[in-house]
Amino acid sequence: MVSAAAKIDSKESGVEIEFRDVSHHFIIDGAVLPVLDHVGFTAGRGEFVALLGPSGCGKSTLLRLVAGLEAPKQGEILAEGLPIAKPDPSRVVVFQDPTLFPWRNVRDNVALGLEAQGLLKTRGGRIDDALRLVGLEKFAKAFPHQLSGGMAQRVALARALVNDPELLILDEPLGKLDSLTRLTMQGEIVALWRRAGFTALLVTHDVEEALLMATRVIVFSERPAAIKADITIDKPYPRHRDDPDLVGRRREILGLLGLDSSW
Amino acid sequence: MAYVSSQSGPIAAPRPRLLLTREESGNLALALVSGAAWLGFAFLTLNWPDIGDWARGPELAAFAGALGAALILAGLFGLFSDLGAARLRRSTPWLLVLGLFFSLWQATTAKFPILPQPFFPPPHAMLEVFFDDWSKLALSIFASVKLELAGFLLGGGAGFVIGVLLGCSSAFGYWAHPIMRLIGPLPSIAWLPIAFFAFPSSWSASVFLIGLTTSFPVAVLTWSGVASVNPAYYDVARTLGASRAFLIFKVAIPAALPHVFVGLFMGLGASFAVLVTAEMMGVKAGLGFYLQWAQGWAAYANMYAALLVMSLMCSGFVTLLFRIRDRLLSYQKADVQW
Repeated sequence: MVSAAAKIDSKESGVEIEFRDVSHHFIIDGAVLPVLDHVGFTAGRGEFVALLGPSGCGKSTLLRLVAGLEAPKQGEILAEGLPIAKPDPSRVVVFQDPTLFPWRNVRDNVALGLEAQGLLKTRGGRIDDALRLVGLEKFAKAFPHQLSGGMAQRVALARALVNDPELLILDEPLGKLDSLTRLTMQGEIVALWRRAGFTALLVTHDVEEALLMATRVIVFSERPAAIKADITIDKPYPRHRDDPDLVGRRREILGLLGLDSSW
Repeated sequence: MAYVSSQSGPIAAPRPRLLLTREESGNLALALVSGAAWLGFAFLTLNWPDIGDWARGPELAAFAGALGAALILAGLFGLFSDLGAARLRRSTPWLLVLGLFFSLWQATTAKFPILPQPFFPPPHAMLEVFFDDWSKLALSIFASVKLELAGFLLGGGAGFVIGVLLGCSSAFGYWAHPIMRLIGPLPSIAWLPIAFFAFPSSWSASVFLIGLTTSFPVAVLTWSGVASVNPAYYDVARTLGASRAFLIFKVAIPAALPHVFVGLFMGLGASFAVLVTAEMMGVKAGLGFYLQWAQGWAAYANMYAALLVMSLMCSGFVTLLFRIRDRLLSYQKADVQW
């Protein structure tokens, strides 16, 4: 759906995100449940960082914090050196569920951000661009219940991209899709990122997905999540899953996750 | 469709055919039998002397005869044309049963002294009411519709606002929730004696009572609708830069709308009871008053006529509400067809 455009200098429009000694916990029935344990790293402008870890380790919490939906209990998260205090349309999240508003058609769902910011009049033209970008311009009038899972997730992607974000936060956006759609969309997201040059944070528990998409993979331990490894993947796109180098990395990361005996 | 299903296979036989299919002959028979039932009813009405003194027998017979003849003609016509036949075929069973029911009603009231008079008037006595008292009935309908609409719209609006506030503001909830828990379940009729002297007129008192009845279910269901909005919707909207007003008006309210309509439906049903009671107890207008008045004069035919009109009115209100709901919630498949 998305043509692989030539890579624009991606250091232009992204934002630098710094996690400075971030810890977080939840209190459930009076008991303290630590989820993040002194997490510190910096995602450079235009980087595509995959956050990889076992299910339920606290990766998604990290994304809620960087989106500004919650504040960390300890430490701080900085965007270009300024602390993140609240949500901002320059940092958009694509969730695991597309969470489209069922009462709005595709176009109105994509328009959501511009409408909320009062930019519908001045930047309304971007809606059609975003729909074209994800290949859904023919479905502008369709309602969410008429879409397949992959189409719905593409709409969610367009809804994020229409705001021209500096940071795209992807919270397992492909987790619920069938494997073929998943493969297609991995390529599409990478192409979109290379074209627009935003910084991307991708939470996933799929090692292969992280290796195919990201420029850097950060491996987390089980809850409370702490950084176990920070691996740079300096490989050109498109990447192939049977690339011997990536296969080696995959074995290495699975080992870090305690799954080295698995195939 | 000419009393033959379009799904009946690749029959290429050109019309006219000599033999009818099983389905065609069944449909034709049904149309003929229901036509005959209405013709029989007309004959019974006209040619068998009544045991009492009722007018409008000939008009009723003329109407029934015309309907019976039309049914028979339509049944025959349906063999040659598809025009409106499917719709007619759907209603012929009902028309047959109605024709038989009217005949039975006629026979047990006007022809044989089986049902006690004057409590069970025959059908033409009811027709007589519509012919002779239509202006009074029309005025009553107008008064009832006006009162119901005023109370329902005020109460529904108030209930909606209260429900949204309960869902969005904990400070409002702190004060409003106990009051609602105390007063809400109380049947509004219990306020009737107080309302009639506390309000300047019995009409305004009735508007208040209908509104009160409507507002409670609307408030509770709007509230629960707002409370059950998927929190992920708020997250999405917030990360896209939504203000609090946007979250309420563009996220919470549209997401809660299906619940709101359930509340409106419940409120509407409850409000009919208050409408009729208020009209019987104090308001000197409306179908409830007409009913009460007819009973006072032992005008039982008028009572049944008013009951029939009243049920048509209430059903009409429900239909209207469902139409509005289907229009507003067209993005989802309607779960209950009215």
